[in-house]
Amino acid sequence: MAFSKNQSEVDEGLKGELAKKGVVVTTINQLYNWGRQSSIWPMQFGLACCAIEMIATACARYDIARFGAELFRPSPRQSDLMIVAGTVTKKMAPQVVRLYNQMAEPKYVITMGACSIAGGPFIDGYNVLRGIDRYIPIDVHLPGCPPRPEALLYGLMELQKKIQSQEIETTEWYQKGMKREYPVPDFGPHGLVPKFNPEVWQPRELDHRKDKYGEPILIGRKTKAPDLDAPLATPPVAQPPKPQTA
Amino acid sequence: MMEKMFEVQDPVNHDTQTLQVNIGPQHPSTHGVFRMNVVLDGETVVSLKPVMGYLHRNHEQIAENISYTASMPYTDRLDYFNSMSNNFAWALAVEKLANLDVPERAQYIRVIMAELTRLVNHVSVIGFLLNDLGAFFTPVLYAFREREKILDIFEEVSGARMMCNFLRFGGIKRDLPAGTLERIKEVIQNFPKFLDEFETLLTKNEILCMRCQNVGVLPAELAVNASITGPMLRASGVNYDVRKADKYSIYDRFDFKIPLGQTGDVYDRYYCRVLEMRESLKILQQALRDIPVTGEIISKKMAPFVKAPRNFKPPVGEAYGRVEAPKGELGFYVVSDGTPQPWRYHVRAPSLINLTILEDLCIGHKVADAIVILGSIDIVLGEVDH
Repeated sequence: MAFSKNQSEVDEGLKGELAKKGVVVTTINQLYNWGRQSSIWPMQFGLACCAIEMIATACARYDIARFGAELFRPSPRQSDLMIVAGTVTKKMAPQVVRLYNQMAEPKYVITMGACSIAGGPFIDGYNVLRGIDRYIPIDVHLPGCPPRPEALLYGLMELQKKIQSQEIETTEWYQKGMKREYPVPDFGPHGLVPKFNPEVWQPRELDHRKDKYGEPILIGRKTKAPDLDAPLATPPVAQPPKPQTA
Repeated sequence: MMEKMFEVQDPVNHDTQTLQVNIGPQHPSTHGVFRMNVVLDGETVVSLKPVMGYLHRNHEQIAENISYTASMPYTDRLDYFNSMSNNFAWALAVEKLANLDVPERAQYIRVIMAELTRLVNHVSVIGFLLNDLGAFFTPVLYAFREREKILDIFEEVSGARMMCNFLRFGGIKRDLPAGTLERIKEVIQNFPKFLDEFETLLTKNEILCMRCQNVGVLPAELAVNASITGPMLRASGVNYDVRKADKYSIYDRFDFKIPLGQTGDVYDRYYCRVLEMRESLKILQQALRDIPVTGEIISKKMAPFVKAPRNFKPPVGEAYGRVEAPKGELGFYVVSDGTPQPWRYHVRAPSLINLTILEDLCIGHKVADAIVILGSIDIVLGEVDH
């Protein structure tokens, strides 16, 4: 997604001339956003496998400190960015939404990994939420299982672009009556209640999954347990498929 | 037995109240999404109830609905620090079920990968243990520097850093690229230097000794009764290692020792892991010396199923394959009914079983020690909740 960059109306040549004299001309928006984008404090909050890659990003080789985002805070009150790193299960989803509500404005969310975007490889499980974007708004989606540390850095740079495009006058968190707290779902006996937050997410009208990937493979419920004590009818060797004769 | 060792004072006899504290699920030192329901008397832990299930991803249910080979990438995500060991256990279980043999070169490559995984796991765990002790992030930086070097090898071999999905039934997915063995040798040559540096900083460190010695003592009898395995059991002085007890794969060919602890406290668990890394290096050196230069990498019986894994139907029967994973004994129990999907699939997850002892270890200690004890048990929540 392309963001419109905050442009200064001052002539570039004039800026250069002034810079030689030691005078910097900028807009308050650019200064404000430059400060915010270079000191993003992420929340130290790992859910599953992707958290390890998040730690690896913070360590020496990838060094997220180059982007000013090395200060992982354990408390949601002190952090600007929530990296949802890992599978969000139905038991954990209420806590994730609650943590989002506790964060101070301005707040941003990155979903890291296929699981937190849409359920990932565990999408068929009964206990896995199919995407945390059903309950909270997401700024950057980061696919991969798990994404490499470089991918997380790229996601952070995309977020910085988004921050750079925001203006003080029109930002949400300076408006009156702004509401960025979302209801926390309940973990009921049949999953989460409600199933999604209609303010944030609506189910699609068309299901493209069938068009793209075809019919799901149905195995059918197995009802008869194998009789392990019975004498083996087949020899205990795996049989290769018979070659087809034309 | 525990009551004699620590005098748990009855809070009723004092003018104090007990305090119930929830540690987690979002807490920097619970190693993921894990909740401890702690009752405190002052700072002393009176009772501790672990609450799990925040990362229950229906591993077993999914595996019973997909083909045998398709379960392989799911085993990566069980214990996401050491995917190669998990693949190894699942491959051994199905090989037992379908009566497959593994070619020589593939056996050696498997062992090399499993031992490299042990290095990755132990070095990271020690880093996180120090993190819990208050040495925030500096030991992790050292540990992850070495981890990245080994992950480079995994990436070269399998294409992925963490989720390798490398082993197949009856062999491995593909042969090693040219020059990989030399790079593995280089990493192994440099690893003892790193370990010496790490130990200089940590092993005789006064703070580490004071915080870890005689904390969370696990008696050998209790450890055996609770079926604890892995470095935790060996730190209590019980000589049990699946590599020696079962001699799966080709582990009977290598000369290595099993490091044992004496008291079974947090310090012994830490030091056992350091010594185990040194023994792993010995195994790696022997494996790299003896590995055949060329050879098949997958058995002839399985060759038809490489392109068509859904046709793989093991005969009716049951099997249990186990390895000494870095966390303990990792086993897969599988029952086949002759169809492409297993009838029953069960994981014996070492993290889950080692965690059951947590309350016994923590009672009577301060709450700060409970965090350290949890760190020394070495849990990974993907495996605990599977």
